[in-house]
Amino acid sequence: MTISNTIEITEDLIDAHGLKPDEYERILELIGREPTFTELGIFSAMWNEHCSYKSSKKWLKTLPTEGQRVIHGPGENAGVVDIDDGDVVVFKMESHNHPSYIEPYQGAATGVGGILRDVFTMGARPIAAMNALRFGAAAHDKTRHLVSGVVSGVGGYGNSFGVPTVGGEVEFHERYNDNILVNAFAAGLAKADGIFTSQAEGVGLPVVYLGAKTGRDGVGGATMASAEFDDDIDEKRPTVQVGDPFTEKCLLEACLELMAGDAVIAIQDMGAAGLTCSAVEMGAKGDLGIELDLDCVPVREERMTAYEMMLSESQERMLMVLDPAHRAEAEAIFEKWGLDFAIVGKTTDDLRFRVLHQGEEVANLPIKELGDEAPEYDRPFLEPGQYSELPAEQVEDVEHYNAAILSLLGSANLSSRRWVYEQYDTLIQGNSLQTPGGDAGVVRVDGHDRKGLAFSSDVNPRYCEADPEMGGRQAVAECYRNLTSVGAEPLAATDNLNFGNPEKPEIMGQFVAAIRGIGEACSTLNMPIVSGNVSLYNETQGQAILPTPTIGGIGLIPDTANTVGIGSANDGDAVFLIGTEAEHLARSSYMHVLLEREDGPPPPVDLMMEKARGDFVRAAIRSGYATACHDISDGGLAIALAEMCMSSGKGMAIEFECSQPHAALFGEDQARYLMTMPADWADMFAANSEGSGVSFQKIGSVGGDRLTVGNWIDLSVQEMTTAHELWFPELMAAK
Amino acid sequence: MTTAIIQFPGSNRDRDMIAAVTSISGQAPSLVWHTETALPSCDLIILPGGFSYGDYLRAGAIAARSPIMDAVRNTAARGTPVLGVCNGFQILTESGLLPGSLMRNATLNFVCKSVKLSVANASTLFSSHYNQDQVIPCPVAHHDGNYFADGETLARLEGDCRVVFRYADGTNPNGSINDIAGVLNESGNVLGMMPHPENLIEDAHGGDEGRALFTSIYASLADKAA
Repeated sequence: MTISNTIEITEDLIDAHGLKPDEYERILELIGREPTFTELGIFSAMWNEHCSYKSSKKWLKTLPTEGQRVIHGPGENAGVVDIDDGDVVVFKMESHNHPSYIEPYQGAATGVGGILRDVFTMGARPIAAMNALRFGAAAHDKTRHLVSGVVSGVGGYGNSFGVPTVGGEVEFHERYNDNILVNAFAAGLAKADGIFTSQAEGVGLPVVYLGAKTGRDGVGGATMASAEFDDDIDEKRPTVQVGDPFTEKCLLEACLELMAGDAVIAIQDMGAAGLTCSAVEMGAKGDLGIELDLDCVPVREERMTAYEMMLSESQERMLMVLDPAHRAEAEAIFEKWGLDFAIVGKTTDDLRFRVLHQGEEVANLPIKELGDEAPEYDRPFLEPGQYSELPAEQVEDVEHYNAAILSLLGSANLSSRRWVYEQYDTLIQGNSLQTPGGDAGVVRVDGHDRKGLAFSSDVNPRYCEADPEMGGRQAVAECYRNLTSVGAEPLAATDNLNFGNPEKPEIMGQFVAAIRGIGEACSTLNMPIVSGNVSLYNETQGQAILPTPTIGGIGLIPDTANTVGIGSANDGDAVFLIGTEAEHLARSSYMHVLLEREDGPPPPVDLMMEKARGDFVRAAIRSGYATACHDISDGGLAIALAEMCMSSGKGMAIEFECSQPHAALFGEDQARYLMTMPADWADMFAANSEGSGVSFQKIGSVGGDRLTVGNWIDLSVQEMTTAHELWFPELMAAK
Repeated sequence: MTTAIIQFPGSNRDRDMIAAVTSISGQAPSLVWHTETALPSCDLIILPGGFSYGDYLRAGAIAARSPIMDAVRNTAARGTPVLGVCNGFQILTESGLLPGSLMRNATLNFVCKSVKLSVANASTLFSSHYNQDQVIPCPVAHHDGNYFADGETLARLEGDCRVVFRYADGTNPNGSINDIAGVLNESGNVLGMMPHPENLIEDAHGGDEGRALFTSIYASLADKAA
């Protein structure tokens, strides 16, 4: 039995495809007749939120996307940024939230697979991956199952594919109980003259299908939910796709081998709405029509209908416009790698998207309008309210600071992520200079002895919840700091904007404000957004997630001899605080973990100060002064010191004067760093830095096996490490 | 000294191995695709790490039956050294070139970290540049590294000093029996090991303790040639 293309288009069917009545009216207007069933599926695929950005486009346009180093900004599969010497880095971050909640292993795995494909479809070999993961409360029933599945899915795909995972985030908060976030980042390396795009050129050229065969997996979960129109759907495939990293690895090698020649005119991976989206994109961008003959599509299931083939989200597939003169060589490469290679259509000059199946034309639509005329909404939004100030003297002082530090180090969000990252291959390719556990991952650029790239992924959703604009700024600023802390010059960023239902004005308000904050920070810190992804409707039973605009940033290290880590200090080194004494405790980890309070405004982010201090720190690292560096973020100064001690295995003796120790130790004031340097350079450094306009002070020295801070803190590195390392394994081993 | 590196679909530490061999031997290796039936003339054969054929059957099982493996078996039988690392080790046990087998890690999870290795036999052609019982750090990255052999085989391996590397200082990452990290065949010219010496050959890797494995092999080949 097959799904006929002549199914009657009813209101229910339109609704089941997620199309609003006015959107359907627009379709009727565009094509001047009722769509066929397959056409309805194509419209629903092209016009859904994920593909069309219909709620977000208006605001995304306000982000800074250009810069001296930007070669391709948003609009391609991934952003492309110049890193000198004719090298470029190609990178993007994308969410796979809902699939990962339904089926954590495959959801996370295919999230990784999708982002890797976005990178190598542009001709870049993936060299680094990161994952920003957010789960519900640790005590929630489903959390352990989800953590375990997602982590093994991320590892299962990335490890087999062969890309080092060099960074990421793992956090817990009850607002993700029923809607976890899996944001996957990948970066690849290419030559500036070896970049491929999806823009087709030339009429009458073959459109080629590459990679794995097409099955029914992923055929629009939402759209096929209604069983009324087809009894055959009873054998429901999971709507989550199944990943095959082995095929992806072969596809990578085959594509790069092919791209080394002149065969490829345009290429596009099949991601969301597979064949539909990729074909329309290639044609529309090149001002060409596309004709597809579905009888030529390699399938792995029998009697697939046009509808199913057009909407299948089977993984590890690509679509390419081929220079016919190179057909034989292209075919030979794909045969060598055991992959399908099939000519499934051609480019045309009529700007139509035509789909043929078993001798019948099942779709004939205007190709430009499918993409360009997608609905665009200016959704009503409510500006988020502001919290009134919460001065530190109104925040309870816990007094027992040793215990406070151990509690924080052993808490859900500040404890060691070793349990997670030891399941990821962090070393493959032999270029990993800094692996997870520090401020940023650092990878050496192949072909250069001393050129490196740094990667960091950041956002503090608790800040964003309190003040989305400041939270958006802070996410960029923290990313900037993390890259700076390893000596990198931040170059550009990708954003993965995770929010609730945009049809609610409060949620839309969060989105608008967060984008404003991100835009301000990206402009001032000179980190244009070159790619990204929007994930809306992250809600369950009316409860939205915390607003989570994840920022994935990249930075350039011209000479890796001058990069430092958080644990690279030497005995006897002087410890400097860059920045001033902290006084802001509202929304801090101190309040969240120790007082179980989440109120007040987040710490303000002064972007000019971020830039000045960042430049100062980077210069100190690059001039060879610094032996170690760490930005001060969650948990404040005390936790940053503890982290440096645990990473190096060395103690520190710290002394400073302050009026409110709990704020000075745990306040999360922004734009601050810790830096160590040889003691005999400290005076010279201080003298040279006078007049820089940046506040800094020497606060102590490295040595011994204890962290002491004034009379407030005295802990052995060993007991801190034990507290820090225990939490995650205990969570995962719990019965 | 010429080295041949066998590439299977799904091999992914082949590039790391190529870099290590090129850096240490001063000569780029020949790359041999799994569908070949003959090897180029070479002094050393390396089976690199990865997930050959996705490891969708038992790890290494399909690769062990690919066309090139007959040539590898024949060449090994004539005494040419063969080194299998990680997936390469799995392929060697699956193809019968080494005894025992590699099961899923005891934790059931993939593990990537630095462990300690002790050199349990420094008189082999693969380990002569280490000291007997020297302990070195070395990275591992695998899902199926839990070595197992039956009692009789194990007694023979231990009796003949064919365990070349053992996880030391309580760092066994996978539950491997007798802490075995690397074993030799009976004639002493085939070594399989789970850790990755090719990822520990320069300062950028945090150490170069892996180099001695390669220099041992090349020195022994040079001696033989001389």
